[in-house]
Amino acid sequence: MFGIFVRRFASALPIILIVSLMTFSLMHFIPGDPAAAMAGLSATPDMIIQLRHDLGLDEPFLTQLFTWYSGLLHGNLGRSILMGKPVMEVMLFRLPVTVALSAYALVITLVIGLVAGVFAALRHNSWVDQAAMVFSMLGISLPNFWLGLLMIIIFGVWLGWLPTGGYVAFSDDPVGWLRTSTMPAVSLALLQVGLLARITRSTMLEVLRQDYIRTARAKGLKWRVVVVKHALVNALIPITTVVGIIVSLSVSGSVVTESLFSIPGVGQLLTQGVLNRDYPLVQGGLLIVTTLLVFVNVLVDVSYALLDPRVRHENR
Amino acid sequence: MKTAETRRHPAWETLGRLLRHRMFAMGLCLFGIIVVAGVLAPVITSVDPTKLAMRFKFRPPSADFVFGTDNFGRSLWSRVIWGAQLSMMIGASVVLLNAVFGTLIGAVAGYFPRLDNVLMRLNDALMAFPAILLAIGITSVLGPSTVNVILALSIVYIPRTARIVRASVIVLREMEYVQAAVAAGAGHWRILRRHIMPNAMGPLIVQLSFLFAYAVLSEATLSFLGLGAVPPTPTWGNIMAEGRQYMTDSFWIITIPGVALMVTVLGLNLLGDGLRDVLDPRLRIQQ
Repeated sequence: MFGIFVRRFASALPIILIVSLMTFSLMHFIPGDPAAAMAGLSATPDMIIQLRHDLGLDEPFLTQLFTWYSGLLHGNLGRSILMGKPVMEVMLFRLPVTVALSAYALVITLVIGLVAGVFAALRHNSWVDQAAMVFSMLGISLPNFWLGLLMIIIFGVWLGWLPTGGYVAFSDDPVGWLRTSTMPAVSLALLQVGLLARITRSTMLEVLRQDYIRTARAKGLKWRVVVVKHALVNALIPITTVVGIIVSLSVSGSVVTESLFSIPGVGQLLTQGVLNRDYPLVQGGLLIVTTLLVFVNVLVDVSYALLDPRVRHENR
Repeated sequence: MKTAETRRHPAWETLGRLLRHRMFAMGLCLFGIIVVAGVLAPVITSVDPTKLAMRFKFRPPSADFVFGTDNFGRSLWSRVIWGAQLSMMIGASVVLLNAVFGTLIGAVAGYFPRLDNVLMRLNDALMAFPAILLAIGITSVLGPSTVNVILALSIVYIPRTARIVRASVIVLREMEYVQAAVAAGAGHWRILRRHIMPNAMGPLIVQLSFLFAYAVLSEATLSFLGLGAVPPTPTWGNIMAEGRQYMTDSFWIITIPGVALMVTVLGLNLLGDGLRDVLDPRLRIQQ
């Protein structure tokens, strides 16, 4: 098992290397003078020169590249212009908020998506199936920020059940966290629920057609036992691969969802960074988030290998 | 003899099967409404979508203003219809760029194993970024504009298209009829063009129809965040962003572009599901 982990991890390293190179190059694609673009319209020439020097943009390209990588190895991603603090520090401060929100959305996704998918497959072509598939189709077609806006109007303003925005940390007040996080998490989860339900359904249908299911039924096992122990467990293996995609979608979605509900997470920070042309912040944020996602995918790969005996033995 | 002459061209057979597919037909209708609205924008709207008329501001939908007006008294009917045109143009451009470059990169990577490794590592790295985040990063560097949105979304999605084409090409490359073509002395490009690509079209077309949906959705997200076409040019995203402040009283400003966006994406998703069922039966979801 350790071997699998090391191998998958090693295969992710070149990707992270290229990703970091791409984020580094990003600033060099700014048309014109990046320092002038960042300093804004009201900046004096002296301020621009100062900023250019602070960002190391007056150094030769290779020196900049070397500084970037030696910084990375020391966990130093430069300073955010907007926040006036190291990017790493700001990101680490904001990360728990986004992780908590994504985890909440993931729980909603797994519960509703799996249940809907399994029941749709069991009651194939019935009204349950059709309702679940219509719901999933709507889920993958509704823009999540629009859904968020509608929920704010309906549950926040008209009914007054939930606050329309803001954030309370879970460690400060769990109930407050639930109240502030439920609408964002639901609007974030809907797309993923739709995806997961569709995939679960088709995988379950595939598995339920197999001979060993008929055998299990024929030898007199209860239907419930067959569904859970024989069908679902086997269907979960291919479903695992989707988890990586779901987490990536969560992070993507959190950018707009956090801005919408004024949740102080990484997504909102990145949006602010982009709108204020705080490129060190955008670079650092992109790199941290993407690196974390690469690791999530490594974990998904490993658990896939551990769950599936065929892969497990092949890789020994 | 007679049957051979009366048999229709296979493309017509496929089209017939598609139109009999209920979801495909429904998707085609929904998407068709938006495309037609976008194309006919100059004909079906009489008011300039950027024309201010403060005395008409915040009018709810009525006989005079079918979709109501916004905070500047601009006609939402005009703005949403012109927004449809822009969305369709952006979606179509991203799809076109993907069809060209995604196919090219995917075909080269799948056919020439020596280039495969390099191209796919670059692909994997680009795909490691969350789609919207990368698009945001690119548009923030290039600056907000319609062309830059198209560019950013193409950079984000071309690796995904290339991957799908590559997968088909790798399978087809090993087919006996391709080996026969090699033995007959056909050159690489001839084999790719005449023997491999026509058979890789199915999964590509399915991917492109879903891609259109992602592109329209991502464009709306970018312009909602203020990174799309610059106001006053109407896009569904920036209409919603502007309407957000007034949404408690004038909820139609955010509702109508949202419905238009949903109809587009829903139509394209249904279209894509139908295409997949008919063109690529291996991946069929319904059964």
